[in-house]
Amino acid sequence: MPPTENTPSPHNDTAPAIEFRDVEKRFGTTTVLENLNFTVAPGERVTLIGPSGSGKTTILRLVMTLEELTGGYIYIDGMPLTFEERDGKRVELPKKTTREMTTRIGMVFQQFNLFPNMTVLENIIEAPIHVLKKSKETAVADARSLLERVGLSEKADEHPTRLSGGQQQRVAIARALAMSPEILLLDEVTSALDPELVGDVLAVLRDIAETTDITMLLVTHEMQFAREVSDRVMMFDSGRVLEEGPPDLIFNDPSHERTRSFLSSVL
Amino acid sequence: MWNWEFAAEALPILLRGFVNTLIATVVGTIIAAILGLILAIAIRGLPRWINWVVRLFVAFVRNTPLVVQLVFVYTAFSEIPGLVDIPALVVGSGVIGVHYATYMSESYRAGIDAVPPGQREAAIALSLPPVRTFTAVILPQALRATIPSLGNYAVAMFKDTPFLFALSVVELVTSAQQFGASKFAYTEAFTLAGLIFLAASYPTSLLIQRLERRLATY
Amino acid sequence: MTDKLSALQGFLPQVWEGIQVTLILTLAGAAGALVIAIVLGLAMTSSHAWLRIPARIIVEFFRGTSLLVQLFWLVFVLPLFGLQLDPMACGIGALALNYGAYSAEVVRSSIATVPKGQWEAAIALSLSPARRMLRVIFPQAWALMIPSLATLFIQLLKGTAVVSFITLSDLTDKIGQLRMATNDTFFAYSVGLLIYFVIAWLIQEFMNLLERRAVKRLGRRRPGSRNDRRRARRDARVGSTEVTGPRTAAGQSTGNVGYGQPL
Repeated sequence: MPPTENTPSPHNDTAPAIEFRDVEKRFGTTTVLENLNFTVAPGERVTLIGPSGSGKTTILRLVMTLEELTGGYIYIDGMPLTFEERDGKRVELPKKTTREMTTRIGMVFQQFNLFPNMTVLENIIEAPIHVLKKSKETAVADARSLLERVGLSEKADEHPTRLSGGQQQRVAIARALAMSPEILLLDEVTSALDPELVGDVLAVLRDIAETTDITMLLVTHEMQFAREVSDRVMMFDSGRVLEEGPPDLIFNDPSHERTRSFLSSVL
Repeated sequence: MWNWEFAAEALPILLRGFVNTLIATVVGTIIAAILGLILAIAIRGLPRWINWVVRLFVAFVRNTPLVVQLVFVYTAFSEIPGLVDIPALVVGSGVIGVHYATYMSESYRAGIDAVPPGQREAAIALSLPPVRTFTAVILPQALRATIPSLGNYAVAMFKDTPFLFALSVVELVTSAQQFGASKFAYTEAFTLAGLIFLAASYPTSLLIQRLERRLATY
Repeated sequence: MTDKLSALQGFLPQVWEGIQVTLILTLAGAAGALVIAIVLGLAMTSSHAWLRIPARIIVEFFRGTSLLVQLFWLVFVLPLFGLQLDPMACGIGALALNYGAYSAEVVRSSIATVPKGQWEAAIALSLSPARRMLRVIFPQAWALMIPSLATLFIQLLKGTAVVSFITLSDLTDKIGQLRMATNDTFFAYSVGLLIYFVIAWLIQEFMNLLERRAVKRLGRRRPGSRNDRRRARRDARVGSTEVTGPRTAAGQSTGNVGYGQPL
């Protein structure tokens, strides 16, 4: 697609929620992603699968601006995230603009990353109050209803370190949702959990997938879960999309041998 | 503001003072290394009440000013008839060494504690006698971990040698002070003294950092 | 002995004066050092080279040139440049600069020890850089840096004794006078060192209190508390870490909880 005529206008309702255009990511001399193009529609749930080192987590981290984009462009709702094309040149956007864009994006991490110096409730209300400028009363009320939703109402005043891994991760999900994100990035959210705690976290995510229209981009090894919630599965290998399609197709009848051997190694 | 002639004149005098600085540092380091180990073993191995006395001594020396200790010991020695003639540099180096020995004892203790319990257990399984276990198995491993902190304390001692000013030992800073006063050339004297300190301590610190990293990847 | 004690009693007001000078130097020096440490320490963690490199040079400069050189520089050289400070200001200034530089390195390394995930979570929540540091990173780094700062605080107290070289009548100076008055070196200096020891002990207790509070805010017990050491010893004897109970179990599964001591 010719980028010049396709640069979408802001607030374009039909613009994709996420668009990668000619994205390249290098760490030093190693190229992790190259010439990557894809879009995610608003409300779509896309699961990225593939062997470790294939670049799937890097994709989430690029969307969250945790990694610097070394080439190409990322658009959120049709608007540039970190770089834009101006007169044929690649120009970095002001940090403040980028930060305004990232308020639409939430992320849940493999290691939860709750702030240990705040209680559960303080973790959840921090950003709504100081970034979205919500009143404290509203933020607390919202936080409490989110905690109820993830089944942790009674833990509001606990310190995160006193919770089990599964509980911490559910708080982390509530914290991300408190920002009312349009896009939710889930980076191997169950990988650090003991097996018996995985179920609760997946139940919460399933509930969110069913009751909201948040766009979701997830990296997971829980293939059964991926099959249930995704609209589309993208198989990555060495920084490229090997194949993509509806979960039933990819899981039951992959067209690539690499996909088949990968799936048989994780299922 | 800056007189190159004064600077040129000051430099050899400062370097002569620097010799005393180095002597104090080296003597202090040797005392700290040996006495520190003795203190660490005393705290570990001796009966409870001696152990308590040694620990109190260590805490006391660590938490009180080196300057005061220097003046105290020097004055006390000068009042004992047989010890009057001991040079201030010798007394001063000794006090600095003892002061830092209390720090070193802590490093040795940590180093000994850091040796995995399996090492001692293996030695017991081989029926090695306790003394042999300590000197041949535990201590060599502990010392390895202690070397960087000995280096760091040597640099710290080096920077504390100007306290010998209190005993009128003509080390680097005292010689700078004397030169500055005689020529009214304080700028040159003290700036050069500072630069000499920096030139000696900074590369040494970098070296110790590298050593630390090398030893860490054992 | 009784005559010594009565001599001390007569001398007490002067000793108290000396203690006050030492305390002012210690507290003002520590306050100045803390400000310098936070400014330089934060600058050294900056991603901007134009902040990071000058801060690093200043820190290495004041760490590398000895405290006494800095003090004499302030006392003897500054007046030649037309800036005459009184001895108290020189003393506080030299202590603040020297120990501030050492503490800056503690601040920097503690901030660097806060797990990367904490930064990332703060970015993911779109917190502003200032808010990120103030609310998320610094409170966690603070708990890590207190033990090292406590050590430096006591070093600073010990360092105040050098001001007796520049005609300030601090505790060290008064001890010298007490020796003259009693003509008993051992007695005078024992009393003097004991006073320093008590002040150092008070500082240590105060810093322990600060640390307990900071660690409590993080929802864990103080690492290396008496209980932890006891437990570590027991584990070492048993030769297994599986019996340590809930804390270790949680620590293993949470990833962002257990980080090591700074330095």
